Amino acid sequence: MPVEITKRDYSLVGKDTKAAEERGLADAQWYACNISRSRLKELMQRKDGPAIRDTLIWFAALVITGTLGYMTWGTWWAILPFAAYGVLYGSPSDSRWHECGHRTAFKTVWMNDVVYEIASFMVLRESVPWRWSHTRHHTDTIIVGRDPEIAVPRPPDLLGIALAFFSLKNGPKEIGKMVMHCFGRLNPAEATYIPDVERHKVYRNARIYILIHASVIACAIATRSFLPLMYIGLPSFYGAWLMVVFGLTQHAGLAEDVLDHRLNCRTIYMNPVFRFLYWEMNYHVEHHMFPMVPYHALGSLHRELKDDMPKPYNGLLEAYREIIPALLKQVKDPTYHVQRQLPRAIQPVTTHAPAAMATA
Amino acid sequence: MSDDWIEACQSGDIEKEDVMRFDQGDRTFAIYRTADDQYFATDGLCTHAKVHLAGGFVQGNIIECPKHNGRFDFTTGKAKAAPVCVDLKTYPVKIESGKIFFKPG
Ligand code: FES
Repeated sequence: MPVEITKRDYSLVGKDTKAAEERGLADAQWYACNISRSRLKELMQRKDGPAIRDTLIWFAALVITGTLGYMTWGTWWAILPFAAYGVLYGSPSDSRWHECGHRTAFKTVWMNDVVYEIASFMVLRESVPWRWSHTRHHTDTIIVGRDPEIAVPRPPDLLGIALAFFSLKNGPKEIGKMVMHCFGRLNPAEATYIPDVERHKVYRNARIYILIHASVIACAIATRSFLPLMYIGLPSFYGAWLMVVFGLTQHAGLAEDVLDHRLNCRTIYMNPVFRFLYWEMNYHVEHHMFPMVPYHALGSLHRELKDDMPKPYNGLLEAYREIIPALLKQVKDPTYHVQRQLPRAIQPVTTHAPAAMATA
Repeated sequence: MSDDWIEACQSGDIEKEDVMRFDQGDRTFAIYRTADDQYFATDGLCTHAKVHLAGGFVQGNIIECPKHNGRFDFTTGKAKAAPVCVDLKTYPVKIESGKIFFKPG
């Protein structure tokens, strides 16, 4: 029997926004696993060391592959170093954007902010609007009508997903928004989550981004060569595919409109190279539940909580064995989603409402 | 002891570089202890989305909100990092006989 498709409204100003508010799903209290305050404090401790090391390795790898690309430019051999340069530019910048956006990657605040700005530019996300959109994503994770970062609305747009591997859908959209911001305007969705006091920064940064891109294009025209664009601008497209491979696993195919990150996020075991490139965001349930824990402590947090978590996925392949059929099913039946199996309830507690000392 | 001062806890009830929630009637506060044993008090809820700051992380003079990592200087109440834009109310604190008192305005 064919399923009747009622399309949900994923905009932030539509009927599902109102419905989410009425159903108590907006700004709601979320489930949090039990963990002692003292252990959580240990895990929340910030360090500069791991992020400095990882950032130096990342930039060194960009310099090496970029230099090899320069040396081989004009030959077929250039494909190899630029394939590596592109993926190093366009994909780990997503996880660096993310961790530094939370300001947990480094202990030193300005280091988070500097890497955040650089990574935002590289991943083609304007730093201010995306900080606010990500804030909303954490408030209302995969709540339809509230979360601006639902990567795969239902029914899934399979062509759109395919285009995303080279940023061919989002990229032009982001450039369009950048241009709009240059003229001092926001779209209606952005206006719901970017406060007035932050808007001048949106417009200022958009003008800086456009200026940088225009300079690189001018340089390419002046030298009659694509080479400058291979370093800045194009890698945000041709190197985005690994970001999508990692990023789709976070929530795709899982439940919408639930107040428990164990049901709408995935934790996946990954090899050390992937964990370096993805900055441990494979521990995605843990990150959403305790966003104050820095990336380098997420593995330890996972070990603390795993008895109260659904079974983690053993690698990307296992995750995609679930995601691909789920998305194909959702094309025909948008109500379908993967149901994560929760362990027997231990003791539900909420991190955000710690027990109080109180007077009578 | 003036009636305005409220006893929140014993000085040892809060660990160094930590924060504790304290409720009084329908109001909620956060009481902080720094690494060098100074005590401070602020409103208990983050000015961004009304989350209890006592679930957050204290580092130096900064309290980081557990929900979206917004930061306040709890000694002044100043909002230091997005997504918090509105300052936090602070209250005077005193210690007497090992007890922490604060004066909610
Ligand atoms: S609720 Fe505190 S930063 Fe958002």
